[in-house]
Amino acid sequence: MPKIKLAENTVQLIKDICKEFENKESELINVLHQVQSKLGYLPAEVQEVIAKELKTSVAKVYGVVTFYSFFTMIPQGENPISICMGTACYVRGAEQVLNEFKRQLKVEVGESTEDGKFSINCLRCVGACGLAPVVTVGEKVYGRVAPTDVKKIIAEYKNH
Amino acid sequence: MTDYKMHLLICGGTGCKASESDEIKNRLNQLIGDLGLADEVQVVLTGCFGFCEKGPIIKVLPDNTFYVQVTPNDVVEIVEEHIVKGRPVKRLLYTDPNSAEQISDSKGMDFYKKQIRIALKNCGFINPENIDEYIARDGYQALGKCLSELTPEEVIKEVKDSGLRGRGGGGFPTGLKWEITKNVENDQKYVVCNADEGDPGAFMDRSILEGDPHSVLEAMAICGYCIGADKGLVYIRAEYPLAIQRLKIAIKQAEEYGLIGDDILGTGFNFHIELRYGAGAFVCGEETALIHSMEGLRGEPTFKPPFPSVSGYMGKPTNVNNVETFANIPVILNKGAEWFSKIGTEKSKGTKVFALAGKINNVGLIEVPMGTTLREVIYDIGGGIKDGKEFKAVQTGGPSGGCLTKDSLDIPIDYDNLLASGSMMGSGGMIVMDESDCMVSIAKFYLDFTLEESCGKCTPCRVGNKRLYELLDKITQGKGEEQDIEKLKDLSVVIKDTALCGLGQTSPNPVLSTISNFEHEYKAHVHDGKCPAGQCKSLLRYDIVEDLCTGCTLCFRNCPVGAISGERRAPHFIDQTLCIKCGVCFEKCKFNAITLT
Repeated sequence: MPKIKLAENTVQLIKDICKEFENKESELINVLHQVQSKLGYLPAEVQEVIAKELKTSVAKVYGVVTFYSFFTMIPQGENPISICMGTACYVRGAEQVLNEFKRQLKVEVGESTEDGKFSINCLRCVGACGLAPVVTVGEKVYGRVAPTDVKKIIAEYKNH
Repeated sequence: MTDYKMHLLICGGTGCKASESDEIKNRLNQLIGDLGLADEVQVVLTGCFGFCEKGPIIKVLPDNTFYVQVTPNDVVEIVEEHIVKGRPVKRLLYTDPNSAEQISDSKGMDFYKKQIRIALKNCGFINPENIDEYIARDGYQALGKCLSELTPEEVIKEVKDSGLRGRGGGGFPTGLKWEITKNVENDQKYVVCNADEGDPGAFMDRSILEGDPHSVLEAMAICGYCIGADKGLVYIRAEYPLAIQRLKIAIKQAEEYGLIGDDILGTGFNFHIELRYGAGAFVCGEETALIHSMEGLRGEPTFKPPFPSVSGYMGKPTNVNNVETFANIPVILNKGAEWFSKIGTEKSKGTKVFALAGKINNVGLIEVPMGTTLREVIYDIGGGIKDGKEFKAVQTGGPSGGCLTKDSLDIPIDYDNLLASGSMMGSGGMIVMDESDCMVSIAKFYLDFTLEESCGKCTPCRVGNKRLYELLDKITQGKGEEQDIEKLKDLSVVIKDTALCGLGQTSPNPVLSTISNFEHEYKAHVHDGKCPAGQCKSLLRYDIVEDLCTGCTLCFRNCPVGAISGERRAPHFIDQTLCIKCGVCFEKCKFNAITLT
């Protein structure tokens, strides 16, 4: 992965967040949550800053980032698409919906399209099982999605 | 307080919010305001009603009218007809699918008739963002009683006598857990609420936190009083933004009222509650992993003993209970252990909340007494199988559980009976499957889940489950060999016996349980190269029967990959090399001209 140089104010932002949690190592997960919500993702360079601030090793930070599925080291697309792969959605055909998204956007799970407009992810149960299968694009929730609806959903965001 | 003549309760759970219940609320408020009725009619966004299949739901009090599948466009009619003229909007009432009768009062609906609500008692009744409404329904009464009238020993005895067992899945007696933690001497102890609901398809903990957060806070304070802890932590999934938001509001309000914080109700008892966020790791539902995650570490489990009751968060004695377990506590203390222990079976007291989902007519959240049979749950409450298909199996206990078949329909559901039938209670997810679900694929689906969630610490789980998955994948591809089914069984037993924690020890359960109930289906894949349920794509082939095809071009127009060709009014043809076996043509054809083999 090419190395990126963090802007000075980004570094400051990370430092401020760490400080908010008193630079405590035990607050690592809370720090990561905050930083990701501000920056969108947690590339290696960001992890290095966090490790330094919390006086722990980069390996430990990396270990935690990669352990939890909520944290990502890859930037998400402008319109992050999540397909619920909870059991309720699965038995109501979520896999076919996922395959259709992959086919239409020509990307795999965890990847973004070349133009950066879309990324696909799977998530485990949003708890709206009455609406299965469920797809979320950003904050918007689509219920009872069939493979034939996929084209329409993508089109809604294409020209944004 | 304003004396409202009418209340409109709108479900504000995650499911209904996804179907625009916020917009419905806004429009209602606006219209009611425009008509100058704001002092007489109150609109309340509540927690989950449970009947998610028919959401969004509006309940009108005092007449108890129950509207289903309401859209923002229905608001004008509800206000003009029902509120102004007093005539219910008939077309929005629930229609009983069996009698085809419209039912106005939810109490008359089969979905609610057999339910007893203890943990969910306030969900769908109160505004979860208003502590006064919780207090009006006996809220914080139990805490007050404990602090002023009862000793910790007396409270623990009451909880023990009630027979309450852990609702997170383990079924460990709650009172006993409290007693053990109490008896460990230490200057600092913790109460932890496990809200890391990871079982895909189970959403009761989220619904309780969204619909009745104070019940959990109250119970945590009571637990703190009993075990001698002054600090409580709620470990909640970051994926539940609404529950987090409502918990934060609830904690703030309870602090303002002096029901949480220092010197609660002037009794000298201190108890503070903080939130800790999970970050998407199923294994963190296991209590030792959860504790490590709260400490900012990878959520890897460690050997027990020592149990968290002895050495938990930051090495201090920690009592970990699940959300639903806590939600039972205030009710038990208000109504008494004797009342509670009369509900349920001999060894499993009280009720259990189940998230009913999958191929069932009434998807939703239900709470039934222990001992209710699966048949009652699926057919009476759940309204039977979707699209008139045949019931095949129900998976309970999520990825750690197993499936139950037709033969188990009349078993009274409790912890022990489910274990004896090869499944488990788990957190209460119930996924119903019909004849079109392939059991090999279901087992593969769960293994895929376990693989992703395995923390990788111990070899049986990390490597063994991978091998199990590969075997299952091979079978669903039609490449299975004779000995593969035996291999699956042997490997499953080894993993069960040798894995480090609950995740690994239970991960082969879906495999073992589907083999023991549906071995013929595995054999059909291996011996005949067929998937009886018609789900395994590699084993499917769609063809058009020339004689039946009218050349209507419907399949041609709907095929997403252009695999179908043919002239108008002439038989069409599927190019097998292009076909992705999505089945759209099969569903769309009006002349049954497409075969699936």
